[in-house]
Amino acid sequence: MAKVEIKVNGVRHARNVEDRTLLANFLREELGLTGTHVGCDTSQCGCCTVHVNGRAVKSCSMLAIQANGAEVLTIEGLAKNGKLHPVQRAFSECHGLQCGFCTPGMIMATVGLLKDQPNPTEEEIIHGLEGNLCRCTGYINIVKAVKRSAKLLRGGKR
Amino acid sequence: MYALNYVRPKSLAEAAKFLASHPEAKLLAGGMTLVPTLKQRLARHSHLVDIAQLRELRGIEVKDGKLAIGAATRHHDVAISAAVKKAIPALAELAGLIGDPQVRNLGTLGGSVANNDPAADYPAAVLGLSATVVTTKREIAADDFFRGMFATALEEGEIIKRIVFPVPKRAAYAKFHHPASGYAMAGVFVVVTAQGVRVAVTGAGPGVFRWKAAETALAKSLKPAALDGAALKVDDFNEDIHVDRAYRANLVRVMAKRAVAKLAARGR
Ligand SMILES: Cc1cc2nc3c(=O)[nH]c(=O)nc-3n(C[C@H](O)[C@H](O)[C@H](O)COP(=O)(O)OP(=O)(O)OC[C@H]3O[C@@H](n4cnc5c(N)ncnc54)[C@H](O)[C@@H]3O)c2cc1C
Ligand code: FES
Ligand code: FES
Repeated sequence: MAKVEIKVNGVRHARNVEDRTLLANFLREELGLTGTHVGCDTSQCGCCTVHVNGRAVKSCSMLAIQANGAEVLTIEGLAKNGKLHPVQRAFSECHGLQCGFCTPGMIMATVGLLKDQPNPTEEEIIHGLEGNLCRCTGYINIVKAVKRSAKLLRGGKR
Repeated sequence: MYALNYVRPKSLAEAAKFLASHPEAKLLAGGMTLVPTLKQRLARHSHLVDIAQLRELRGIEVKDGKLAIGAATRHHDVAISAAVKKAIPALAELAGLIGDPQVRNLGTLGGSVANNDPAADYPAAVLGLSATVVTTKREIAADDFFRGMFATALEEGEIIKRIVFPVPKRAAYAKFHHPASGYAMAGVFVVVTAQGVRVAVTGAGPGVFRWKAAETALAKSLKPAALDGAALKVDDFNEDIHVDRAYRANLVRVMAKRAVAKLAARGR
């Protein structure tokens, strides 16, 4: 057992867990943050994407204890004061989802992508979302949503 | 995953000492190969020794015509590094083609090279550029380091500290990636130095290898067409559900030509 202390969405949490506990399970089972989804559990689909110290990672492929002392941001931490984050808003407005299972991961990956490339081309969007799979949409509206997200974020509007 | 214990040593010396006294322990860097392997119970280790945060293993430095990159430097940091882009742009480009952004945010140079997956990208750069693998015990030339599928010259408890790449005149990488995994179906790294031309191939055979016939052909004429007649031994090439041997051989030739064509645009 190990004591794992992680700041999640700005709040410090400490739990005693087995060393082999995955970060995705720590978030979902220990903290009840079930917005982080587990799709494939084999590092392929990106549904479990969260940010660790500001970088997008697949939380099914990282031990919670590897993130000991780190700051983690999950989909639950994006909205502020009851207002959706611009990327969440864009996905909703552009209908960038159908069943919604991949959406938390898509949104966390998009937030990460736009940090590195605030004004991505379509090709850069596709390359930037290579770590995320969607079984429903065919990606067209996801790419649209990312373009709209970029616009909203550049405009500085919330 | 089998139960295990996680340790995070404070220094490289502490990590080496821990490994020496715990034969069942395993180094953990980005975990992008090791964690999925453990999840499938394909491996079992008493301890994971996390070296990802050791400052001694981080960093990128150009000095005396050589580019040194710390073993725990993440793919993303190599891909965006101004120093790498300036010294060996093909290396930054290669790092940016590994897997996907989430993998690049955790995976490290040392982990990739130590793992020596036959379809990994970095081994092609290390071998093509004739780099030196600097470990806690010695310095190993790339030509002696890679020993076929998942095998390297590394001994038990030996830790890669950094990899030192001589800055070439020009270099280029062309990769045909598997559309699902991102790994190379064929990847070819072509390097031009004062000594001649080197061509390293990944993804096609049981491990990264130098395509010597291509090196000879390109030394005579540095043009894509020079590769048309270059002999390629394919009997040990991988055959799988994706493609057969002949197809892979063709991919290698096409990727090599693309890399040579890119060289032309990369005058230094
Ligand atoms: C979805 C996905 C897609 C991928 N696509 C690609 C791809 O397209 N191309 C590609 O090249 N790779 C790809 N990878 C692999 C990725 O690049 C890994 O990051 C890399 O192979 C291993 O690096 P790591 O730092 O994650 O090492 P780990 O997984 O932590 O360790 C791997 C091995 O190296 C050992 N090790 C680690 N550091 C050292 C060191 N300093 N000295 C000695 N031994 C050490 C460990 O003990 C372990 O045996 C992919 C991985 C995933 C999950
Ligand atoms: S659940 Fe983590 S990548 Fe699919
Ligand atoms: S919306 Fe259903 S998987 Fe993407």
